[in-house]
Amino acid sequence: MLRRRSQLLAWGGCLGLLVLAWILPASGLLNPYVQQVLMYVGINIILTLSLNLVNGYMGEFSVGHAGFMAIGAYIASILTVAVCPRFWGPWLFPFVLIGGGLGAALAGLVVAFPSFRTRGDYLAIVTLAFNMIVKSLLENIELIGGPRGYLGMARLTNVPWVVFWVLITLIALRNFVYSNAGRGVLAIREDELAANLIGVNTRRLKIYAFLISAFFAGIAGGLYAHLLQFINPRSFSILKSTDMLVMVYLGGIGSLAGSILGATIFTVLLELLRPLGVWRWVVGPLMLVLLMIFQPTGIMGLREAKILQPREEFGGVTRNPGTMP
Amino acid sequence: MALLEIQELCHNFGGLKAISDFSLTVTAGELVGLIGPNGAGKTTVFNLITGVYHPDGGHLYFAGQDITTWPSYRIMARGMGRTFQNIRLFKDLSALDNVRVGAFAQCSYSLRQTLFRTPGFKRQEAQMTDRAHQLLARFKLSRYALTPARHLPYGEQRRLEIARALISNPKLLLLDEPAAGMNQAEIGVLITLLRELRQEFDLTILLIEHHMGVVMDLCQRVQVLDFGETIFTGSPLEAQHHPAVLEAYLGKDGEPDEI
Amino acid sequence: MLALSIQYLLNALQLGSVYALIALGYTMVYGILTLINFAHGDIFMVGSYLALWGALFLLGSQVKLPLALVFIGALLFSMTLTALLGVLIERLAYRPLRQAPRVSAVITALGVGLFLENFTLATIGPQPQHVPPLTPGYSFTFLGVTCSDVQLLIIVLSLMLMVLLDWLVGYTMTGMALRAISYNRTIVPLMGVPVNRMISLTFAIGSAIAGAGGLLYGLAYPVLDPYMGVRIGWWAFIAAVVGGIGNIRGAMLGGYILGAVEIFTPVFLPASTYRDFVAFSLLLILLIFRPTGLLGRPTFERV
Repeated sequence: MLRRRSQLLAWGGCLGLLVLAWILPASGLLNPYVQQVLMYVGINIILTLSLNLVNGYMGEFSVGHAGFMAIGAYIASILTVAVCPRFWGPWLFPFVLIGGGLGAALAGLVVAFPSFRTRGDYLAIVTLAFNMIVKSLLENIELIGGPRGYLGMARLTNVPWVVFWVLITLIALRNFVYSNAGRGVLAIREDELAANLIGVNTRRLKIYAFLISAFFAGIAGGLYAHLLQFINPRSFSILKSTDMLVMVYLGGIGSLAGSILGATIFTVLLELLRPLGVWRWVVGPLMLVLLMIFQPTGIMGLREAKILQPREEFGGVTRNPGTMP
Repeated sequence: MALLEIQELCHNFGGLKAISDFSLTVTAGELVGLIGPNGAGKTTVFNLITGVYHPDGGHLYFAGQDITTWPSYRIMARGMGRTFQNIRLFKDLSALDNVRVGAFAQCSYSLRQTLFRTPGFKRQEAQMTDRAHQLLARFKLSRYALTPARHLPYGEQRRLEIARALISNPKLLLLDEPAAGMNQAEIGVLITLLRELRQEFDLTILLIEHHMGVVMDLCQRVQVLDFGETIFTGSPLEAQHHPAVLEAYLGKDGEPDEI
Repeated sequence: MLALSIQYLLNALQLGSVYALIALGYTMVYGILTLINFAHGDIFMVGSYLALWGALFLLGSQVKLPLALVFIGALLFSMTLTALLGVLIERLAYRPLRQAPRVSAVITALGVGLFLENFTLATIGPQPQHVPPLTPGYSFTFLGVTCSDVQLLIIVLSLMLMVLLDWLVGYTMTGMALRAISYNRTIVPLMGVPVNRMISLTFAIGSAIAGAGGLLYGLAYPVLDPYMGVRIGWWAFIAAVVGGIGNIRGAMLGGYILGAVEIFTPVFLPASTYRDFVAFSLLLILLIFRPTGLLGRPTFERV
């Protein structure tokens, strides 16, 4: 009985949020600028959740997630501009995004395979190389604009869609993290060899983690492309990847709530600092360095908000399993 | 019936012979000790059995199958459990999660079922969680269920490692120096625990141990290694008086090396 | 045809020398701290600006100084200040993190790099700055191959610095201490090696060499902008990894290889824009098949 009620509550909450996301902008209560910032926050939440799966939960170190984002953005854009009839655009938008996500997931495999053999610094370099290769390839394909970029997408991204995808990402990642596979992924972070030696198929898990992570980064890319209506290879450079790192480590590794916090704080802060002009870009890196020195686990490091944990997770034991005693 | 059969295993590290012609047959239900001085290659044998290294020569059969070239996770999922010389728990994970990771291979739900949290998924998860709680209770660790492993006292960490290895109901348990760092009283408790576990879980145990008392008390049979070569097989009592064993442990003529 | 090949080779050698000089900094820091110092490329960038200012200051002085003196002055100025900058970065940003998880330090390095870059951008601005020539501008032509004095200067001076460093690390007490620390950082302090001072020294040397590279690069390609550190730095970084990060001779080898990649890619592929693609693909393939680089030694994990 209690269980049914809490489930209803959760679904009701999600639905309520979606309705709110639909009504508020339509009612004119939110001015376009606030809407825009809200959408950036949402896209960044998806990106941060996606990167946190690999860097926070699995303990690998990806510095190339902008590469996945780029692939998602370009595939989705090409699909809306060159493939789908313009009239159907709004209806096909979710499928276009999924197309981009799947393309990115495929690229995720490219990084997952090297991760069988290498770890730590070397895997970081692999992901970095991946990011650079994607960017360089995009710059060299004239068909999609080369270094000038690609445009012509309708502005299909709006607040309800962003909220919808944030919820999907959050639910999918929560379900993954609190499962057999999710525990296996955590075990890889803690001690990969020991995980193997108690029967965890670490290779399969790495493929899963990279697939899921890349998929959602691709979705975020698609949303981003249809918000800006213009993308170019330079938007997906290593700088973008670094932004994602800042959000993950600001919010806290291995935490869904932390990812939401980190993405929100970072995005809003950068908006607030807009009057500073170029100096704004000095603040981000400085924040990152100070964060690493004084609060290396971020705001929520390895802890989770209770509302995001499945009720049945601990089989009757109900205390929050925070790391901090 | 032979549960584990090792035939003439050889392994080199960069040209250095670590293990040569190691053969051992363990029958279901047995409790066998693997002993020898430091650096004799005991842990290397464990690593070869569990697929951390693949042997340069020889064959490994486990539960009727040739596992010589299998990857670790597959060997372990086939019914082996292992603990480590220097405890290797997942330090930031709770005791409960540590044990549940041990059941990884038992879980049969798919990625799709995971992402959609289907009823089948929930049923299996609940079963596994119950089983993990049972095991924690069996090892008197219930009150640490949600405590990160790194905060557990040393003895409890050792027990948790065994619990983690046992949740998958292994046929064969490999224990690498379970008594390391324990005092006499704790060792007594450990010996009793291992005896009970053998009964309860219907285990076959292969044990590396430095502490002769443990070996004497528990093992029906020992195999003594020195510089990667088997120098003795037989009962623990005989091993204690065998000249080659004494020489390996104490130096030539059975006298301690001069200081 | 042959003359053209030799000409390309010469250009590759010139560019490769600069890459090698910067790669040395990456590799030295990695060797001693197992930290990828992502800020190193930007230290190089700062170094080239410093060299520019040093040269401009000396050229603008009342007394007409000979060019050689201006060059040496700018070189020393740049090397000293970049060395200081490297030591400062280590002290402020990396030392507090020495006991922290490795990832924290790597992220900090990324942050420091971005900070240097954006700080330069904010203070100096994005417009490119021009480096005045500091050599008489002679060039020698032999059998159709042209070699400018700048080219010769870069190749010879780089080689001298590298030989000096190789000797320092391989054949002196200081070098022995450095190698000992990279081998085992917990035991070595017990032997009386001042670890902190040695680490500072590593940063000083690595950064000073990058400073020298900054001047030499400015002579050959006399346009500086705040992003050059990223552009050149990444390439030098690949060079260090290709050679086997942590290995000094590997970094030199990698530098020359990357120089060749950059010069020869447009010869074989339609556009020079494929350079990044080729370089990073090379890196990726190498990492998959030989993760520790050409001259690096493999590592094992203990169970």
